[in-house]
Amino acid sequence: MKSGLTRDLIAMRVANEFHNGDIVNLGIGLPTRVSSFIAENSDVILHCENGLMGYGRIAHAHEIDPELVNAGSEPVTLKPGASYSGSAEAFAMIRGGHINIAVLGAYQVSEKGDLANWLQPNRKTGSVGGSMDLVCGSKKVIVTMEHTTRDGRPRIVKKCSSPLTGKRCVNLIVTNLAVIEVKPDGLMLKEVAPGFTYEEVQIVTEPRLLIAPDLHEIEL
Amino acid sequence: MNKIFSSAESALADIFSGAVVMVGGFGVTGVPFTLIKALSQQGAKNLTIIANSPGGRLPDIDLTLLIKNVQVKKVISSYPVYAGKISAFEEKYLEGQIELEMVPQGTFIERIRAGGASIPAFYTPTGVGTSLTQGKVKKIFDGKKYVLEFALKADFALIKAHKADKMGNLVYHSAARNFNPTMATAAAVTIAEVDYIVKPGELDPETIVTPAIYVDRIVKGEKYEIRFD
Repeated sequence: MKSGLTRDLIAMRVANEFHNGDIVNLGIGLPTRVSSFIAENSDVILHCENGLMGYGRIAHAHEIDPELVNAGSEPVTLKPGASYSGSAEAFAMIRGGHINIAVLGAYQVSEKGDLANWLQPNRKTGSVGGSMDLVCGSKKVIVTMEHTTRDGRPRIVKKCSSPLTGKRCVNLIVTNLAVIEVKPDGLMLKEVAPGFTYEEVQIVTEPRLLIAPDLHEIEL
Repeated sequence: MNKIFSSAESALADIFSGAVVMVGGFGVTGVPFTLIKALSQQGAKNLTIIANSPGGRLPDIDLTLLIKNVQVKKVISSYPVYAGKISAFEEKYLEGQIELEMVPQGTFIERIRAGGASIPAFYTPTGVGTSLTQGKVKKIFDGKKYVLEFALKADFALIKAHKADKMGNLVYHSAARNFNPTMATAAAVTIAEVDYIVKPGELDPETIVTPAIYVDRIVKGEKYEIRFD
């Protein structure tokens, strides 16, 4: 069976959403991988909950500073113009509306843009981390995840069955199969993974997808 | 006044059973590993631990030590469990042996900031419409709904900094700052583990992040190798 984009290619596609000057927060998991696909010379500024502002890609072994880490505690590099604050300041930036884009992982996203990403189905507890702060303060929320669960069930659903992180907070969904925008009247399929059709994406997506007039294959 | 203690053991000898203890650190960064080890040997029980995570990334040196030692009755945390592995905390939590108060990370640190500044409560937009704020007081300001959250204070704060001068002024290194300077403000007794202790005047006043007023005790930390797996 076709599987669509690899995790690295999903991360690469997410990085294409950023514009020079954007201040971007990358969540744990697939989102932190995005930092390695942002051009070294770009003006995109990466912000982390721990107070780090202006970090770069994942560090190579010889570059590791154990106290210079991203949200997932992975060592990263530092870019010129970086700054440090603490968690209180970092979250004042988040809630205060100073972050342009938050990229978060998810278990489920609903057709209204509700996000469920902190409590895994079938697990009694989860970790909310900074995700609830990020969805209420960021100007744009991009969710990135596998299109379906391991056993093939849709993660894009009519209504989330897992506890919510936020209501009507997601703007864009990037998966291994598609790029989907959350519109007031529903989810709009904008791009499909190379070799996939609208029908193949629809069949693993619970809500009915609107089709963008310029629907095309994902370009990297 | 001498704030420098010759050992971690002596610096936290008076942490009592039932105490509320804040512990700094984000993942593996800025965690006071020397103080955690000493507290696990000191043995105080029924502790309420206020920490972003109750351990699990480096279980042989992090707060897992206190959890395994049955010293903790409650954890207030934003990141209690990790994907893909079951920590000592999660096991005890599922067995009903430890209570958990899950708090969104921004609310977590703001509650501590409020505690240190004697602001008893505040309204925040975070978590409105989710199960984590169910049953809490809400209020609408300018058409948007906010939730009332209460300050957090502690009997002790165990924090990690890079350098201290003998007065107790602290500077941090990189992302290891995280929750530490805020926790330093919100506890009756703040104990700082540092990599270096220098003379007053050696730290540039412009660079000091935690002024000495917040720091009661200073301990030179042991060296720990941080593994990234």
